[in-house]
Amino acid sequence: LGLALYAGSLCAVSGATFLYHDYCVIGAGPAGLQAAYLLQQAGRDYVVFERSHAPGSFFALYPRHRKLISINKQYTGKSNSEFNLRHDWNSLLSHDRRLLFRRYSHDFFPDADTMVHYLEDFASLLKLRVQYNTAIIHVTLEKNEQAWNGHYFLLTDQDRKNYKCSSLLVATGMWVPNVVNFPGSEYVEGYETVSINPKDFAGQTVLILGRGNSAFETAENILGVTNFIHMVSRSRVRLSWATHYVGDLRAINNGLLDTYQLKSLDGLLEGDLEDLAIIKDKKGKLHITLRFYLENRNISAGINSITLPQDELDNFATRAPYDRVIRCLGWKFDFSIYNRSLRMMPGKGNIKKYPQIKPSYESRGTQGLFVLGTASHSVDFRKSAGGFIHGFRYTTRAVHRLLENRHHGVPWPSTVYPITQLTNSIIKRVNEASGLYQMFSVLADIILLRENATAFEYLEEYPVGVLAELEMQTGRKAPNGLFVIIMEYGRNFSGADKDVFYYNRAVGEAQHAWQSNFLHPVIYYYKRLPTEREMRLRPPDWPLPRPDAIHHIVEDFLTDWTAPNAHILPLRRFLENCLRTDLRNFFAESCFLFAFTRQKLPPFCQQGYVRMQGLMGSQELRHHAVQAGLLQDYSHTDFLGDRHPDSHDGSRDQLMRDHAIPVRPLQHLVNAKDE
Amino acid sequence: MSAQKDRWVSSLVFLLFCASSIPRCGSAGLRQEPSPQRYFSALEAGRASLAFFTPSVSPGAQPFLEQIESSAEALQDYGISVVKVNCPKEDVSRYCGKENALRKAFLFRGTLLIREFPTDALFDVNSIVANVLFALLFNEVKYVETLADLENIENVLKGKSNMVFAYVPATGTAEHRAVMEAAFVYGTIHQFVLTTEAALLKATSHGDPDVASAWLLFCHCQRATDPAQPCRRTALGQPLTLLNIHRHLKLMGAPLVTEVAEDPEKISTVHLQLGLPLVFILSQKETYEADRRTAEFVAWQLLGKAGVALLSRDLVDLNVLHRSNVALKTPDEGMPIQYLVLEDTDEVVTLVEDNNKVKQIQEDEQEEEEEDEDEKDNNQDIQDDQVVEAVSRDKKRELPLEQVLVLTEENFHSSLSEAAQTVVLFYASWEAVSLAVLRSYSEVADHLKGTPGILLSRVNCWDWPGLCCQENVTQFPTIRIYKKGQQSVTYDGMWGTEELSSFILLSRVSCPLKLATMDEAEGYLRGEFPSELSSHFHTSLLGIFSTATSKAREAFEEAGNILSGHVRMGMYFEDDALALSHKYSVSPPAILLARSGGRSVEGIPLSKHSVQDVVQMIRYELLDIFPEITVPNLPQYLQLRKPFLILFSDGDISQMESKEMLKLAKGRAQQAFVACWLNLKKTPVGHGILRTYFSTVPSLPVLVWVNLHAGGQVFQFPSEQSITAVNVLSWMEQLQAGLEAPSSTLSEEDWKPPLPAYNFLEMMETSVPELSLHTSPHPGDTPAQHPPKSPGGDTAIREGPSQESTAEEVGSPGRNLRGTAPRLAARDKQGKRHSEL
Repeated sequence: LGLALYAGSLCAVSGATFLYHDYCVIGAGPAGLQAAYLLQQAGRDYVVFERSHAPGSFFALYPRHRKLISINKQYTGKSNSEFNLRHDWNSLLSHDRRLLFRRYSHDFFPDADTMVHYLEDFASLLKLRVQYNTAIIHVTLEKNEQAWNGHYFLLTDQDRKNYKCSSLLVATGMWVPNVVNFPGSEYVEGYETVSINPKDFAGQTVLILGRGNSAFETAENILGVTNFIHMVSRSRVRLSWATHYVGDLRAINNGLLDTYQLKSLDGLLEGDLEDLAIIKDKKGKLHITLRFYLENRNISAGINSITLPQDELDNFATRAPYDRVIRCLGWKFDFSIYNRSLRMMPGKGNIKKYPQIKPSYESRGTQGLFVLGTASHSVDFRKSAGGFIHGFRYTTRAVHRLLENRHHGVPWPSTVYPITQLTNSIIKRVNEASGLYQMFSVLADIILLRENATAFEYLEEYPVGVLAELEMQTGRKAPNGLFVIIMEYGRNFSGADKDVFYYNRAVGEAQHAWQSNFLHPVIYYYKRLPTEREMRLRPPDWPLPRPDAIHHIVEDFLTDWTAPNAHILPLRRFLENCLRTDLRNFFAESCFLFAFTRQKLPPFCQQGYVRMQGLMGSQELRHHAVQAGLLQDYSHTDFLGDRHPDSHDGSRDQLMRDHAIPVRPLQHLVNAKDE
Repeated sequence: MSAQKDRWVSSLVFLLFCASSIPRCGSAGLRQEPSPQRYFSALEAGRASLAFFTPSVSPGAQPFLEQIESSAEALQDYGISVVKVNCPKEDVSRYCGKENALRKAFLFRGTLLIREFPTDALFDVNSIVANVLFALLFNEVKYVETLADLENIENVLKGKSNMVFAYVPATGTAEHRAVMEAAFVYGTIHQFVLTTEAALLKATSHGDPDVASAWLLFCHCQRATDPAQPCRRTALGQPLTLLNIHRHLKLMGAPLVTEVAEDPEKISTVHLQLGLPLVFILSQKETYEADRRTAEFVAWQLLGKAGVALLSRDLVDLNVLHRSNVALKTPDEGMPIQYLVLEDTDEVVTLVEDNNKVKQIQEDEQEEEEEDEDEKDNNQDIQDDQVVEAVSRDKKRELPLEQVLVLTEENFHSSLSEAAQTVVLFYASWEAVSLAVLRSYSEVADHLKGTPGILLSRVNCWDWPGLCCQENVTQFPTIRIYKKGQQSVTYDGMWGTEELSSFILLSRVSCPLKLATMDEAEGYLRGEFPSELSSHFHTSLLGIFSTATSKAREAFEEAGNILSGHVRMGMYFEDDALALSHKYSVSPPAILLARSGGRSVEGIPLSKHSVQDVVQMIRYELLDIFPEITVPNLPQYLQLRKPFLILFSDGDISQMESKEMLKLAKGRAQQAFVACWLNLKKTPVGHGILRTYFSTVPSLPVLVWVNLHAGGQVFQFPSEQSITAVNVLSWMEQLQAGLEAPSSTLSEEDWKPPLPAYNFLEMMETSVPELSLHTSPHPGDTPAQHPPKSPGGDTAIREGPSQESTAEEVGSPGRNLRGTAPRLAARDKQGKRHSEL
């Protein structure tokens, strides 16, 4: 009874006691803490449940060899904090500058313990409400008309304590090891428990199952002391520098590729693990055979009765016996805690390890259940960075903004600018924005045009997959057309089998920008918001449906898109042609002339000069403009024989060009005679 | 423009069609004959044919053959067939047998051999057509070598027909061909005379002609009555092309003066059709003969440049000023006819020539644009933003920014507390307008060097986005003034050195400034107090309040906050405030306005008590009655949204004019318009305004009425009247009554994109076929974006843009530097770009 009085936030339903919060977050890993921070900043009623006694328990164990492969770049030569986040893959987002990862580690590839330490600090310094030692073991729904989503989420922990929430944010990560069952799989050691002491492998022959970073990391660790290592998996190796996907094999782990290709005994094989079988001989050596050979045999009859591949094919590749077999097959989402009614279904094909979610990160099965962090990677698996801290810190923020709009009537944050700032606002974002850069092709900046295109509203980092629902999801209106700013790699550039070092892989000319290969900004223009049908029917590999116009800002070696002629000018022309207006800047003198000689003024004069904010320009600048032929110098010209100033102010030097007819050389005659 | 071009092209095509409708064999292009016998038996009488004889194999004549073949079609237009006759091996006849005959082409009319051409005279299509027509038009085109020959022909023609005399540097050229083709059409109307003698060219033209370019004269011999005088000549001022010659001959053939008796709007003559203006001389019954002579005189002057028509006003009811004597109709569709009052014929000529010059330039521009379109809009990558271009041309100059403190996230807040007043420029180092302002800012820093209590600083938002965001700076550039213990003020004036300096200086003193004693108040009105501001000339504004009127005072103080930095405002509410107000015969609350250093003080009662009203009133009261309009001050007057009466003056205006204009401005009509003057010496851009308003240059000073906000009509005060208040007022009455015709009307054109953008969507569609399949959003909306797909497949098309670019890139290696490092190393492999994909 004493409990029921507790702060009035307890209620009794059908005899059980529930502790209520608007938001429940499961998991105090990076994504859970990121969500907690955002909820706290917004002043929401939330709680985070963590089964361990401290945040980031996954990092306390993994990676086993303790080296994180997310970069921690100390120096970029820039002080721009937003830009620097592009090269800081470990920090979470917060207002506190102490909570930047580079203050925790100087290593480019930091130690996993540092991450644990960082997450502890993040939770404690920001006073996030995390309930430790609480393992949620069951989640079910309670129908209720009053609830935000028509139902409450009922959570039960290991002590049978119950919790009730309106919205459930699942940030449990991926921690259930992937296991393959085949005859002899009992001889296989798992990545979770295998020794990380190289000495234990001295003089041994090792077979590793799997071909991801954990497999290579394991191999890297013992490479120098083993006889040799073989690595087997179904698919060929995917190198992250060829696929441009940070989850593929990173160069830091790829020592085994070297020793394989240089014929230093290690090797890589492709084969389906389902067909595999392992047999242990009397000496404890492990032999590879195929499930096919075992089918009609009695294994207990002993190794000698079993056919080995090399009996038929005496140069069979893995005929040498192994001392150890290690499984490094990655992890999957823990589906076990959800009641059937939540319909948490695994994805299909290569995303079956993830729960099914929509591009808005909401579960396909249950309204109000959002999946955050690594477990939400099905949206951009093998494409972008949504499975990693430097990606999901932004998608988590996007989910939070969706929730703020949906449940609290707080529309997506936006800034309204006059149209003269259009080019600038895009250039600013594509040069510094980290969310666009990390979550390329997934998060996009949206520019909503106001009537008559005199002003626009700028929305940052909206999940592009739900573009069709923009008005509903953000609380902003898009009746006059919109621009979508997104970053993309060149189509057909990335891939496991692609040569990414071919000659002339980089485009330099702005006019060929659409063929850019490396990450570069792309701007889509729609006269009206695409519909859901259009989103569904979009071309394959396109993040968005066919726009009314598209612009690519040419890729840049320095990722610095501020060049006036190669980057800004073509962008301005694109924007001008979409809006059918003139977005050039003018000195006050030009505006003065236009004010007296035209009934209409260009936007820059209208929004600047006429409002007494004209750009006078220094003497030198006006002199340069005159020399460029873009400004008429009236102080030295006489009246007659000069061009009419009304014809557009454009490049006069072209007009000055000699109009004389070229003298037709009579070389034809000469040539003909020579013949 | 293009519509006119089409018109003359179509009439020319018609002519050519007539020419080519001469009976012909019906076969197109080159005809083949198996043997000389067959060829000669097939020849028709009177029908010309160009034949060449080839043995079965003759590799040597191959290039010549190709040229002949390609000229066959051109010659067919003139009814000349081109025949290739095969020589059987055993044939030893005249044309086949001799070795050297095989290197020749033979021109027959019927079976008659007119000319044999060595193959080296027929090196290309131009030379073949030119030479063949030259031979056929032997009578129509006379070839002369000396001046005497030319004069003989000229004398014979006098009174009978006109002569076309052409000089070409060599026969067989494109110009020669054009002349011959024109002669084919016009040969029966005019006598054509041709020469290649440079000496003859020199003798017939003035100055030092360029002997390397062709030249054509139309000699008006038909009208020449005096045998001793040479015929009048009109040169073709354009390159010799068939189109230009045709156009010239059409113009020369048109009547010198057209007499018209209908609405000029409906008139169309050959000139207008050919894209030339038409000048109307407005005549009356009484002066008809004299006007006719004038018209003829003008017509001779304008021959080839414009048409001249004589319009009897008695026959047509014209709704124009009675004084107008000339009208100009331009060929541009929708352009109104200009009615003008001109004094002599030279003005007419100048008018037309200026008009044509503009047109010529526009045309060239257009042609360039058209050319550019063919070349994939190469101008697109040329910077046409004056600010961006000026800044990038200036980027190598190091700015003198020693006086400007660089602020960062670390030192921002500590720096603000250092000086009494910290000015911060928030900018982005990549943004052109920011950088332009930074240049003015460095000049401000220089001006204010040593002024105590002021710290100038800057924040680069590209380096410190967090700081700019925190200070709520969303646009670049932004200038804020931070004062200790007060809210910061955002600068909202012109981005110019003077304006900003003055703002910073004025901001040092609180606004409004509370004055404690009568002496201070008087000193303030004289501009002597406070001493910080004494060196700066400003109109001083003093609010006087009796202590009771606190509501008005609050509004005034609030207005002071808004106008801070722009206006010098003081206020006085001591006990003796009444005494001060009595002195200027107002009762508090009131505003005293001291212009020009306190020489005159004006008292205005403060009747409105809302902040907005007070601000507006102060702004309005600060405007001059008869200001000199300048680039920085125009916006203040534009906001009144009234028509402008501007006196354009070359230098200062005279006392007289100034007095009369002031009288006018102060008069009862004052509310209705802005009277101002513009000093062309100080504001030279005024020349640009005048040039837009008037086709010819008016003599200065000139008084102009412009309806800037309604209709955009421009009226010029008659130059013969003197500028007095009375005259101007009565003229304005006439304007209002619609009795005056505007000199011009301001363009209503919208500000469209100056140039097209790269159409990446179209480029992608050609190479990514699956994209066109997904054209769901707006089918048929933009047909131009769905070009026919070329069948070449993926890689073939991908190479398209790169092939295009190779030639251009080789020509301008500088551009490649824009490329990224991998490109730098592989410049010679441009052509293969992306084909590896």
